[in-house]
Amino acid sequence: MSAFGLLWANLHRRPVRTYLTLLSVLVAFLLFTLLRTIAVWFEGAGYDAASNRLVVTAKYSIIDLLPIRHADAIRAVDGVEAVTHQTWFGGNYQDPRNFFPKYPVEPRAWFDMNPEFVIDPEHVEAFESIRTGAVVPVSLMERYGWKIGDIIPIEADIYPMRDGNRLWQFDLVGSYTMDSDMEPSLFLFHYDYFDKARSHSTGTVGWFTVRIADPEQAAEVASAIDGLFENSLNPVKTATEDEFGRAFAAQLGNVGLMATGILGAVFFTILLLTANTMAQALRERVPELAVLKTLGFSDAWVAMLVLGESVLLCVLGGLLGIGLTVLLAPAIDAVIASTGFGAFVLYWPAVGAGVGVAVLLGLLVGWPPARLANRLTIADALRRS
Amino acid sequence: MADVIELQNVEKSFTKGRETVDVLLGINLAVKEGDFLALMGPSGSGKTTLLNIIGGIDHATNGEAVVAGQNLNRMNSRQLARWRAAHIGFVFQFYNLLPVLNARRNVELPLLLTKLSAKQRRKNSETALAIVGLSDRARHKPGELSGGQQQRVAIARAIVADAPILVCDEPTGDLDRDTAGEILDLLEILNRDHGKTIVMVTHDPKAAEHASHVLHLDKGRLALEKAA
Repeated sequence: MSAFGLLWANLHRRPVRTYLTLLSVLVAFLLFTLLRTIAVWFEGAGYDAASNRLVVTAKYSIIDLLPIRHADAIRAVDGVEAVTHQTWFGGNYQDPRNFFPKYPVEPRAWFDMNPEFVIDPEHVEAFESIRTGAVVPVSLMERYGWKIGDIIPIEADIYPMRDGNRLWQFDLVGSYTMDSDMEPSLFLFHYDYFDKARSHSTGTVGWFTVRIADPEQAAEVASAIDGLFENSLNPVKTATEDEFGRAFAAQLGNVGLMATGILGAVFFTILLLTANTMAQALRERVPELAVLKTLGFSDAWVAMLVLGESVLLCVLGGLLGIGLTVLLAPAIDAVIASTGFGAFVLYWPAVGAGVGVAVLLGLLVGWPPARLANRLTIADALRRS
Repeated sequence: MADVIELQNVEKSFTKGRETVDVLLGINLAVKEGDFLALMGPSGSGKTTLLNIIGGIDHATNGEAVVAGQNLNRMNSRQLARWRAAHIGFVFQFYNLLPVLNARRNVELPLLLTKLSAKQRRKNSETALAIVGLSDRARHKPGELSGGQQQRVAIARAIVADAPILVCDEPTGDLDRDTAGEILDLLEILNRDHGKTIVMVTHDPKAAEHASHVLHLDKGRLALEKAA
């Protein structure tokens, strides 16, 4: 038997209590890693943002549309290399649960603007030449069993066709992938077809994407673009793609603050719960600790034993919780990817921080009973027994 | 034989609020190496307090306590802990075994403070258990043992590090007469055959008969000495 063996045996003194405490710590750290990862994802790490791209949206709300003629004016701004646009189409494929974003775009210009989306030149050619053409990621084809040449029906919610028909039909002419481990899900179709066939809002787009020559000049170019339309009926707000991602996420609320709030409440509860468990364990064992001291174990040794139990309990629970998060990450990723909002990539600094927090929690919880154990006098403790 | 325990004018008092209670008053005591001393007396007479001072788990308020060549009053708590580990084996009335450890591991506990290897610690604890006749109960936890068997484990724990002095506080107080007799026989063997100096607190005159000397403590004073 070693000192660790004694520590381990002590944890098994009341197995039900130990396992319940372990479970509560496990859940706390599962939440910790998940919420930190989600918060970071919402803060922008989940977007594949490029530093040389700006996003131009309507000034007051992202859902306001912009005239397509803005593109020419933007193109004329110093430092602008290219401009393209996309529009939120909405719509459903067979069932509202089959969610993936659908954008009408300018075929070639859009892929030129977004080189991280990798597509066969022949597919771009086909996409450009067939007005009812659409391209989708390979993963979407696999998910729904589509193949090139299929006709994909999409039922519109925002944009019915001119004749009132809500069922749009697209010819699947190509597929694409991404050059990173991000999971794409955009259903892209021809803007010209969309604009001419829709029943309202003709000549408008959702937002523009602008490629600039020098990322260092992003602020100046953005300001120049905003200035162009300042006194127009359709003022704009220009931001880098990264800022746009953050602003988009912010519409869903301050996720970082919410995550921190939830974590704070969870950890405070766990702290009290575990502290209570440790205090109870100490009360039950006062005579035993006195016996250890009687046998010649020093005050510091006995205090370290109590502190060690607390740290071991918290670190074990923490590692199990963090490990569970790592195991669950692929499943969460699959769910998020299916929504089209990017990928859930485990935020490893949160995992590292989790281990640190587990040790800190153990020290915090174990410190008061360890201090009491350190000060325990043998004669008094034995008298109490 | 040299004196292994020497107490000179030992006094002990406890303070409770504004009240001071004198528990030991001017105790003078000398115990020779290899003695088996029984301390008797009514409840509250100060027997356990005296035992605690001899065992180095409490300090005398006044006077000198020299045990195994060390003046205990001059040692701090860390030095006392180290000293106890090397010189004193404790046997308590209620055994005070750790319920989460089996018999062998309970016996092995004091050896964690030595530099012995795990293998040697295991071997020594098995030997100690064999001395008290409990080799076949090595894997049993205290809850699975009778009172007498638990006390034997406690005695094995007290002797495993080869402490020269055994300090026993009512070692038979929780046992029936037959089992108590077995424990006292075992203590006698340890005293006679293994040369352990034993100081035992007891209420039981029958238990005291196993000792070579009996001292009576009354109201904090040694009242009578009787050779057994």
